Amino acid sequence: MSAITRDEVAHLARLSRLALGDDELDHLAAQLDQIISAVARVQEVAAEDIPPTSHALPLTNVYRSDENRPSLTPEQALSGAPAAEDQRFRVPRILGEEA
Amino acid sequence: MSTTVMKYEEALARFEPVLGIETHIELGTRSKMFCGCPTAFGAEPNTQVCPVCLGLPGSLPVTNKAAIEGIIKIGLALNCDIVEWCRFARKNYFYPDMPKNYQISQYDEPLCVDGHLDVEVDGTTFRIEIERVHMEEDTGKSLHVGGATGRIHGADHSLVDYNRAGIPLVEIVTKPITATGEKAPLVAKAYATELRELVRSLGVSEVRMEHGSMRCDVNVSLMPRGASEWGTRTETKNVNSLRSVERAVRSEIERQAAVLDAGGKIVQETRHFHEDSGTTTSGRSKEEAQDYRYFPEPDLVPMAPSREWVEELRASLPELPAARRRRVQGEWGLSDLELRDVVNAGALDLIEETVRAGTDPGAARKWWMNELSRRATEQNVELADLAITPQQVARIQAMVDAKELNDKLARKVFEGVLAGEGTPDEVVAARGLKVVSDDGALAAIIDQVIADNADVADKVRGGKVAAAGALVGAVMKASRGQADAGRARELILEKLGVS
Repeated sequence: MSAITRDEVAHLARLSRLALGDDELDHLAAQLDQIISAVARVQEVAAEDIPPTSHALPLTNVYRSDENRPSLTPEQALSGAPAAEDQRFRVPRILGEEA
Repeated sequence: MSTTVMKYEEALARFEPVLGIETHIELGTRSKMFCGCPTAFGAEPNTQVCPVCLGLPGSLPVTNKAAIEGIIKIGLALNCDIVEWCRFARKNYFYPDMPKNYQISQYDEPLCVDGHLDVEVDGTTFRIEIERVHMEEDTGKSLHVGGATGRIHGADHSLVDYNRAGIPLVEIVTKPITATGEKAPLVAKAYATELRELVRSLGVSEVRMEHGSMRCDVNVSLMPRGASEWGTRTETKNVNSLRSVERAVRSEIERQAAVLDAGGKIVQETRHFHEDSGTTTSGRSKEEAQDYRYFPEPDLVPMAPSREWVEELRASLPELPAARRRRVQGEWGLSDLELRDVVNAGALDLIEETVRAGTDPGAARKWWMNELSRRATEQNVELADLAITPQQVARIQAMVDAKELNDKLARKVFEGVLAGEGTPDEVVAARGLKVVSDDGALAAIIDQVIADNADVADKVRGGKVAAAGALVGAVMKASRGQADAGRARELILEKLGVS
């Protein structure tokens, strides 16, 4: 049984706004399946008394005090933007998802 | 396109509404949630951004301790349990209001759980159960260009300002609110109002809906009366005033009732509230929309607030609004109805500050609830936004107490202060508003009045003392309201030999 289906890969591609063709989906679904199957082998050794790990370091409560640090200038902030207008990042319209 | 609606009374006779309210509150910290950028409202676009809140490669977030203190205070004030351990989560979605392509939020491990907030509507108390209170970051602001309405439909492109991205945001989620019947819209409004007061009293947010520092999403579903299974709900976003919370619930009840009545089905969807019409329109439907692929945020370590810290914060909570209302009701001797009027007028703080500045509670309440409420209504502003301070009100009342002003003159002083003519003392001086109780000045006016009203004066001399009222009135008129009426009366009677 495969670890990830072609339909699931197509769904993830759509969520990520990646336009993948049929042959790309075939190709990537097979590759992702191999990767996930390899990683999934960890589950074979994980016993029930071992909680899933989300952080490599055994730390909690790392906070900073509420103080201001210098921000970038708008010029610096926008310097890497593909497009800018009126001191704002200019992006293509996105249909069907009004925030 | 017009929407069919059912009359509210009919809708409520046939259906029982179930509500759920999600409220977002921006905390008033100096710096953002995960970086040191400032959080000022209304700054020039993209002037409060850095590699962390722009999601640039290699940057790492670090949690703002003041924000965590703020949310724990909110949780405690809402009677929540503060969990012993929890994590942040990544909420992945593709929308340019977050440059990282995800928002740092909390998913199945919120910081505060299982609270409640009591609200009162028309003398009945409703307990609103709180499901969870969790910490997240606000998103940037998009400006849609090219569309007729500034909305995304028809827009050519969008312009994004990330100043707001990363500002600490607390989300408060209620459990389903049932059994409110026809009061559902009022209960929703009362909850939002009480929550705003509560958070304001904690001093952790400005909670100004017009600035977006408090925003409500309102879930509504209907079930036929007597049914036990809830209907499909819709979520109305964009509800940005207390009045709109009430209107949005009411409008959704009327719309859904008409759909169900016609044999239709409610679609689970996001709807947008329109301030102008007071109605909602369909946004995106839930089925196609959201798959956020939450996972624990690897860049931030878990939070494990110690019990000592939580208790310290609990001990630091100020007097909360409900307790404060009970206290002032006793201290000021108000009936339930009088207290409700004061609260609804937004006058509690103002009266309390006026009392603190030395005024008797009765007088303080009289000025704010009558004269000043009337002027606020005339100017179409909130009472607190009038151009007069509680200290100035106290000063005017002090002059009344010292008999330097009577009520009529005091009202002129209010008028002058509100018109920007200066402090109460400056207005009194500039307009010459002091009460004339000086006998010499009064005597001249009285002689003239007696001469002009010889017939009335004769009646008084003949023993009809009550007729003296007309002479006092004439003195007040001649002095343009500035005479000390009590003293004038004494002098008139003296002069006419009946004292």
